[in-house]
Amino acid sequence: MIEQILHSLSLFLPETTLTVFFCAAIIVGLVAGRTSRASLYVALIGIALATWFAIQQAGSSEGIFTGMVVVDPFATFFKLLIGMSAIVILLFSLYSAEVQSTAHRHIEYGSLLLAMTLGMFLMAGSTNLLMMVLAIELTSLSSYVLAGYTREATDSSEASLKYIIYGAVSTGLMLYGVSILFGLTGATDFYNINRALATGSVNATALLVATIMIVAGFGYKISAVPFHFWTPDVYEGAPVTITAFLSVASKAAGFALMMRFFKTCFIDANALGLPAGMWASLQGFEWNKLLAILSVLTMTLGNLVAVWQNNLKRLLAYSSIAHAGYMLMGVVVLSDKGLAAVLIYFIVYLFMNLGAFYVVMLVANKTGSEDIDTYKGLGYRSPLISVAMVVFFISLAGIPPTAGFIGKLFLFAALLDAKWIWLAVVGALNSVISLYYYVRVVRNMFLRDPERNAEPVVFSAPQVVIVLALLIPTILFGLFYSPIVELANASVVMFGMK
Amino acid sequence: MELQTYLLLSAVTFIIGVVGVLARRNAIIVFMSIELMLNSVNLTLVAFSAYLGDVTGQMLVFFVMTVAAAEAAIGLAIIIALFRNKQTVNLDDINILKW
Repeated sequence: MIEQILHSLSLFLPETTLTVFFCAAIIVGLVAGRTSRASLYVALIGIALATWFAIQQAGSSEGIFTGMVVVDPFATFFKLLIGMSAIVILLFSLYSAEVQSTAHRHIEYGSLLLAMTLGMFLMAGSTNLLMMVLAIELTSLSSYVLAGYTREATDSSEASLKYIIYGAVSTGLMLYGVSILFGLTGATDFYNINRALATGSVNATALLVATIMIVAGFGYKISAVPFHFWTPDVYEGAPVTITAFLSVASKAAGFALMMRFFKTCFIDANALGLPAGMWASLQGFEWNKLLAILSVLTMTLGNLVAVWQNNLKRLLAYSSIAHAGYMLMGVVVLSDKGLAAVLIYFIVYLFMNLGAFYVVMLVANKTGSEDIDTYKGLGYRSPLISVAMVVFFISLAGIPPTAGFIGKLFLFAALLDAKWIWLAVVGALNSVISLYYYVRVVRNMFLRDPERNAEPVVFSAPQVVIVLALLIPTILFGLFYSPIVELANASVVMFGMK
Repeated sequence: MELQTYLLLSAVTFIIGVVGVLARRNAIIVFMSIELMLNSVNLTLVAFSAYLGDVTGQMLVFFVMTVAAAEAAIGLAIIIALFRNKQTVNLDDINILKW
């Protein structure tokens, strides 16, 4: 037993590092004085180290702590993705006017970001209903506080309240689903649930109800319609850095957990006569139909409502809802190819979405507004940043030669491969709608004259470096995509599954 | 008593909680309704645990209670922060952000 625990601890190094640095961020912050940035730097080092340790685990595939958590290529991929976005967010925070204006609360900011990252790392690896709920809660509780971080601003505390009410209700729904699933199968471990379901003695209606309730919990994390109501309000009210973090890392962790839950609980590992890489669900339940409906609703509503938005943060909120819909298409396929397409999309999404949010933050720092009218003639006032914004937006719309195109290409290829043609058509139509609102911003930047006596907007060198660090991969991965495709294909392997 | 009785009671409690969240406009009562939802989860877990003769369910209850407490603590802190800004806890008055 002791050996097992010690062995588990050695594989738990990334999470342990985050926990240690969580305490360190508080202590260092107190020693260095409340207005010092020390906690932010401690958080940066901690997350960088944890990500490095996670990369070292590449290739290992084991269940640790009596099957509570697994370390497998799938989890490692998401830890890398979450760690990278956390690092980028901390760099953003050093230049964010909103975060720096509340310098006396840097301790909370640094330590809660570490706690949130820890929660997401656990989400990426949990294979137990209990661990799943606790990981989601750790992430959510930290993000409720961070969403209301600039508590003097009314919209920030309003966003925070809306977030926690929606969050707590979906946690309640998810927990109720978990309790029913426990009652039906007598197990909390994903693999044991799979075994219990494989006997075929489980009441189908009760299983459906339980699963829909659990999906409500996932749907809230990935902001899928109809569990998306919090998204626009929280994205608009929260500080931009936190919004960007929620839109990438939180969504990635939610998707990781959802894909693992569906694959390990409901997939018949012994199904015969299927093409390689395809999965069959137990008891003939067609979960993918349920997910297909969610996916269509999510992308259509996200794109249609985004068309009417004039606040850039809110526009990006609806765009991120739409992107969750696209990524759900990959889960619908229920094949390794679909899964790999989602992973590819996430790598691409990391760069383009963080980039778009960063430009919004830089412009808001200078002008104090996120309104679309602020962007009138920005192309003449700040050419480099505007061109970067154009690249991020056409990448989000999925136009070649940007990385966004590659992401969509693999999703549609996986769909067509599995004969989900109607869904692919809906996805393509949605991409066309999305083009309209992305181009609206681009038009404002380049085809509208700036207001009179508008001065050029100048950004400092480190800020430009961060933009370039996000811009170059967005273009590069559109042209040389084989590394990310290989990484994704190597990362679809889950512990205990063929 | 039979398992069904407990499950029925917990389902009813859960629905009362959900309706409370949807219908009440006072943020504090909304949080009380959420607690009701989480406690109905506890009842289900304990009932199944006794029925299956498996203590895992009872262990889960402790974690659910912890989660509920943490959520209530953060929720009340957020309500206080908002009350300082707006002098209200009525959800209908908290409406700067919409559509």
